[in-house]
Amino acid sequence: MAEAAAVAAESLAGGRARAARTVLNQVVLPGEELLLPEQEDAEGPGGGGERPLRLNAGARSRVRVVCGPGLRRCGDRLLVTKCGRLRHKEPGSGSGGGVYWVDSQQKRYVPVKGDHVIGIVTAKSGDIFKVDVGGSEPASLSYLAFEGATKRNRPNVQVGDLIYGQFVVANKDMEPEMVCIDSCGRANGMGVIGHDGLLFKVTLGLIRKLLAPDCEIIQEVGKLYPLEIVFGMNGRIWVKAKTIQQTLILANILEACEHMTTDQRKQIFSRLAES
Amino acid sequence: MAAERKTKLSKNLLRMKFMQRGLDSETKKQLEEEEKKIIGEEHWYLDLPALTEKESFIIEEQSFLLCEDLLYGRMSFRGFNPEVEKLMLQMNAKNKAEVVEDKTEEVDVSDEEMARRYETLVGTIGKKFAKKRDRANYEEDENGDVKLIKAKKMFLKPQD
Repeated sequence: MAEAAAVAAESLAGGRARAARTVLNQVVLPGEELLLPEQEDAEGPGGGGERPLRLNAGARSRVRVVCGPGLRRCGDRLLVTKCGRLRHKEPGSGSGGGVYWVDSQQKRYVPVKGDHVIGIVTAKSGDIFKVDVGGSEPASLSYLAFEGATKRNRPNVQVGDLIYGQFVVANKDMEPEMVCIDSCGRANGMGVIGHDGLLFKVTLGLIRKLLAPDCEIIQEVGKLYPLEIVFGMNGRIWVKAKTIQQTLILANILEACEHMTTDQRKQIFSRLAES
Repeated sequence: MAAERKTKLSKNLLRMKFMQRGLDSETKKQLEEEEKKIIGEEHWYLDLPALTEKESFIIEEQSFLLCEDLLYGRMSFRGFNPEVEKLMLQMNAKNKAEVVEDKTEEVDVSDEEMARRYETLVGTIGKKFAKKRDRANYEEDENGDVKLIKAKKMFLKPQD
């Protein structure tokens, strides 16, 4: 890891762009420039021009590449904006260059359109609720954006309630807006979360780790006792079990998971299963 | 004499619609050009080189959902909240749609049994929709199934 960081820093100091393919799963730093496979071909291995190639060759066939979180497009250049490991996903079907993104660790949430988050209602004003989602600005939530809500039939939402919802508007220039229904008007599990239970915060990276399809932690936790969990992409987790003690154990396990090795985790789970 | 009179007519007058018919082609052209010039001078435009829009091949997407196949955020285990458990299956099934489709549905009633059952139903339902006059043609057999007895109506030859 330290070695990788040193390499990254070296290349950054050198000021030349590296090919995205060669730094896969390595550390990239903000400000660094990446070259897509087509661009590096054009430049050639020992090309005199050290500068990255701009798109001026015209009729060159190129594939569409998606740059995910942590990367930014600047003209035809691909810049890194977050510190972390560069990841790549092959395209699912047909042509295309797949998806590149930076797997970073952070605690501050920045609203992203389409994310499911847990928010806390902080104010009721007229026909919108203000919801704290951990971003720079509270999100707005219309009272009509609930399943079955009409002008006459208002949803029963009080200040302090927990809301599981989805962003429909989220960009750097506008106030984020949440809804609790999908495009078909169904709740699909969104809306007010039960009044008891425990809410706590973890890093954004841990949320993604826990929500991965083949996450062992969740599978093991699910075997312990009856419980319910809600994960918000903004780093909030809400848990509930039959007793307060069980709820607290659950919260502690999930929080501690971030810095535990697999062996340590297995030890703890086996100890829990005994008791 | 005629030419002198023509020159006296003002340009504004000549531009009027009813005057256009009598004009010869040369003056018409002249007038049209002048009109274009007036419009052209009034028309504003930006003195910039033409914009060349380049198609971008890099698409920005700030959501992790697209990158990592994340699961649905609500979970319930061992029957704590059956509603959520049902929802979990439904939402997470989208990723594995192909796997689910492969499973052949188990059949409760075989096709043959189904056909046998419907065979008897034809008569029962048929009777329901038959007119009063035709209802007499349906008769119950020893099993209680209703069957249509075909009795074709036809002319009988009168006896002498």
